[in-house]
Parts: sequence; structure tokens; C-alpha cells
Amino acid sequence: MAKENLVKIAQLSCGSEYSGIQKEIETAASMVDAEIIFPELTIDDVKAVEESFGLQVASPDLKLMMARAQALVDGKTNADAVLIATCFRCAEAALVRNEIRRYIHENSKFPVISYSFTERTTAATLLTRLEALTTTARRRNLLAREHQEGLTAGIDSGSTTTKAVIMKDDKVVGTGWVPTVKVMESATEALDNAMKEAGITRDAIQALGVTGYGRFLIGDEFKADLIQEEITVNSKGAVYLAGHQKGQATVIDIGGMDNKAISVQDGIPGMFTMGGICAGASGRFLEMTSKRLGVDITELGALAVKGMQEHVEMNSYCIVFGIQSLVNSLAKGSMPQDVASAACYSVVEQVFEQQLQEVEVKEPLIMVGGSSLIEGVPKAMHDLLKIDVTVPPYSQYIGAVGAALLASGFINK
Amino acid sequence: MVKVFIYPSNSLILSDLVDRFGHEPLAMMQEIGKKIRTAGLDSPPINITPEDPKLGLKYAAVEVPAGVRGRMALLGPLLEDAEAGIIVKEPDISFGCMGCARTNELINFLVRAKKVPLLELNYPTTEDEAKAFVHKIRGFLNGLPGAKSGKEDE
Repeated sequence: MAKENLVKIAQLSCGSEYSGIQKEIETAASMVDAEIIFPELTIDDVKAVEESFGLQVASPDLKLMMARAQALVDGKTNADAVLIATCFRCAEAALVRNEIRRYIHENSKFPVISYSFTERTTAATLLTRLEALTTTARRRNLLAREHQEGLTAGIDSGSTTTKAVIMKDDKVVGTGWVPTVKVMESATEALDNAMKEAGITRDAIQALGVTGYGRFLIGDEFKADLIQEEITVNSKGAVYLAGHQKGQATVIDIGGMDNKAISVQDGIPGMFTMGGICAGASGRFLEMTSKRLGVDITELGALAVKGMQEHVEMNSYCIVFGIQSLVNSLAKGSMPQDVASAACYSVVEQVFEQQLQEVEVKEPLIMVGGSSLIEGVPKAMHDLLKIDVTVPPYSQYIGAVGAALLASGFINK
Repeated sequence: MVKVFIYPSNSLILSDLVDRFGHEPLAMMQEIGKKIRTAGLDSPPINITPEDPKLGLKYAAVEVPAGVRGRMALLGPLLEDAEAGIIVKEPDISFGCMGCARTNELINFLVRAKKVPLLELNYPTTEDEAKAFVHKIRGFLNGLPGAKSGKEDE
């Protein structure tokens, strides 16, 4: 990555130094040209915080977190973005983490990400999250772009599939979609397919943007103008395709390997979470369900919409035991449509329980990514949240569209 | 001389009192100091590595937060060595700050469960209470085998 302007990330955390991951946080920050800082305080600030903030907790380090959040909001610290991190499985810390995240979001303009870590958290795990945080802090002008101009391409190199689009004058004119096998070969094939559909050759492309897991590799190889993580890119693509570039929105992307829940303001992420601990909450679970039911993944959604998830007993969220529950239900005579419905509901319920508690859900709720095309998934989300769910056109190409849109900002550079 | 576990485990005042009366304080500072001075370890700020929370599994199960287990990796061996203990309840932050309440609950329990001579006392809030506080600690430490007279304290 080219050296960029230094971004100061204020770290509000409890336990990171005792979990052995502080170095991982700082390594990830340095990889995205960011510096971790800790808001300075006096002991009196910490002693007074329970009363001024209104939340009483037993752990002094959590009081320190709250006092640091106040110092940020009060403008006593020079920072560009905020990382809130606490130990995974600590209930007291989870309460504080949520409340200070909400407090900062409501009372300041800082982009915020919160994360609960274990000792296994690595710099690689944190990289995309911190990259998104720094992109949001550093590229506000680029992210404010509302129209695609000229002829640009976008590639989204995902963990399961690689997507490419060609855009011309604010319209998608070519698409390519292939399973990800070898990152470079899949990206080349997807782009070739998109160019073929658009009736163009590579030299006609004025700017290229890449995103997704393979972004660094394909970005270097294709000499991309924009190499950017999928949180900011997908947010932009989602609000663009949904025709909702101004105001609040929530973007949910259930991917093949991880999920993103993003609270968006004017197309720019404010709070976001990226799940990736449990495969039972990912598109992979739906893929396995469709195989077990003997239907193509593209038919699973229509089947699920006809079913009743309540008719199937799901005892586990785990991808292995969850599938076992579905198999048991089939053995007991459950209808395939009910099993399909239960699978969709299970994935959505996990996203709801594990991620949507971490972001403010503001309407419209825009679902994107390949899973959004499985009709049972947005329906389950609607049933659970009782709000309308928007699935924009080209929703499976959301990252590629976002990348092509943002890349058009580089045409004249 | 006996080894005295102190709580808060990073209280300089308690550590100093134990030392003055001829005993060995078991304090967090010495454990972190070892890590900081160990060549080859570079995981700032206190050089705990991701392996340490795994050592903490001896004291707290995997469903306990990593930060608790990392702290226990430091404090657990001290507790095992403890021949006596002093626990100051609800101390002021400036007296010694133990950041994680869950760890604190566990180490206070474990030192009680060892059934070693133990002094538990409240943190003083007035000058008179502070004098009584030091007096009680002195009496406790003098009662342990191998204590110094502690006259220099007076």
C-alpha cells in the first residue's frame, strides 16, 4: 500500500494488554498508516466518570474507558477515529462497550468500530476493520461521490465468489461472476466476462477499483487505481444501488465467510461490525443446506419463502450441528421448504443476535451480497426486525459496483 | 520471613509495608518487571504474549475472558507461593488499581481458599482510620514468623 496521511485512532479498551494482543492492534494500525493513541486523563476524571456518564461498573479499567470516551467527545484529545475493544465473553465490558459506542456516535463525528477480542485475535483479523476505519477518516471526499462517471471497472474478490462489473455513465453495462478458486485467475475470468458483456476491451477501462479478500493481490497485478476494503466500498455500493445516498441507512452483507453490519450516514460508515467467528452465520451454511436438500443454491430462497421455520427444531447455531438438526428434521418427516426456511432464519437470527446489537439499525435496511438473493433471507430479516428490507438490483455485485463507482474519482488523476 | 500476597497486587504502599517488616511482598510489579526485562519478548506495554492467557487456563476456564486469564497467568503463581495475605477492600484507585473486577473477585477468593494467615481490612477514608490501618497491618506482619521489629516505621 502507498503511504497515506497518518490517522490517529483513539483506543478505548479493557484487557487488551493482558490478553497479549496489544501488539497485534498496533501492528494492524501501522499496516494502514495509523497510530494508536490513548486519551490522556487525570485520576479525578476517572473517579468522576460514573456520575457524569451515568453507568456504574465494578472494573476500574472500564471506568477508564468511559472517561476516555468523554475526553474524546469533549474535544480534549486530537484523534481521527475510535477503536473500542474489550474481552470477548465479558458481560460488564459488553455493556460499557455498547454504551460508549452509542455515546460517541451520538455526540461526535468520529468513525467508530467496536471489537471483542480473544487471545487469538491477530493483526490480520483486525486489518480490514482498521483499514475501513482509516478509510472513513481519510477519504471522506472520495466516499461522498454519488455518481459514476466515464468507463470504469470494479472487482470484488470474495472468499467464495469473485464478482466484476463494468460501469459507464452511471450504469452497469457488464457483469461477471465466478466461484473463487485461484484468486488471480478467478478475477481475470470475472473481469473478462464483464468486459465481454459490455463489449469492451481492457484498454478502454479508464479506472479500476478492487475490493474483497483478494484486493491486495489483484490490485497489484491489475495496477488498480483504488484498492479498498469491503466495508466502505460495499456501503457505498449499497446506498448507490438502493437510491438512498443521503441520510441514514443500515447495510447488511451476509457473505460466504463473514458478515458485515454497517450503520451508514450519507453513504459513509459510522459504526460497523464484521462477524467471522461462526460459519453457521454465513452464506456457507445456506450453501450446505441447499446441497443437503438437493436443490441449487439459487432455488433455496424460493423454497424457503414457502416454508415455516417454526416447524423445524434447530438446536444449534453451529454449522455442523445445525446441519445435523436439519437432517434430523428431514428424517422425522419435515418438509424441505420448512427446513430451507429454518436455515435462512437461523442465519439471520445469528446476525441479529451477534451483530445488529452492535450497530444502530436505522431504516432503510439494505441487504446485499449473494445471500440477499436467497429470498428466504431478507424475508427472515423482515420477520425478525419487523421492518421493510430493501434488496437493490445487482445486490450480489455490490462490492464491484462500489469499487467501480469510487474508482471513477481517479479518472482524471 | 514469609511471602505475603497483597491486594491490590500493584499497591506500592502495601508492598513497601510488607518489605519494611521483614517479609517478601508478592506483587504484580515484580512479575511484570520480569517480563519487561526478558530479552526476546516484545509485546508492549507489559510484554504479555498470546500464550499467557493459555497459562491462565490453570486458574480460569476458557469461557472466562482472555484478559482475566492473562492476569491470572501473572497472579496465579504468586498466589501459589503465598504464605500469608493482606486484602484491602474497596481501595482508592490511587492506592493500587486492579483494572478487572472479575480477576479481583477470583484472586480474593483464591487467597482466602488457601487458608493462610490473612488480614482483610477496609480502605481508610480519614486520617485516624489511616493510622489504625497501618497499625493493624503492622500487628499482622509482626505476628508472622521472622518479622523485623518494624521500629523504623514508627
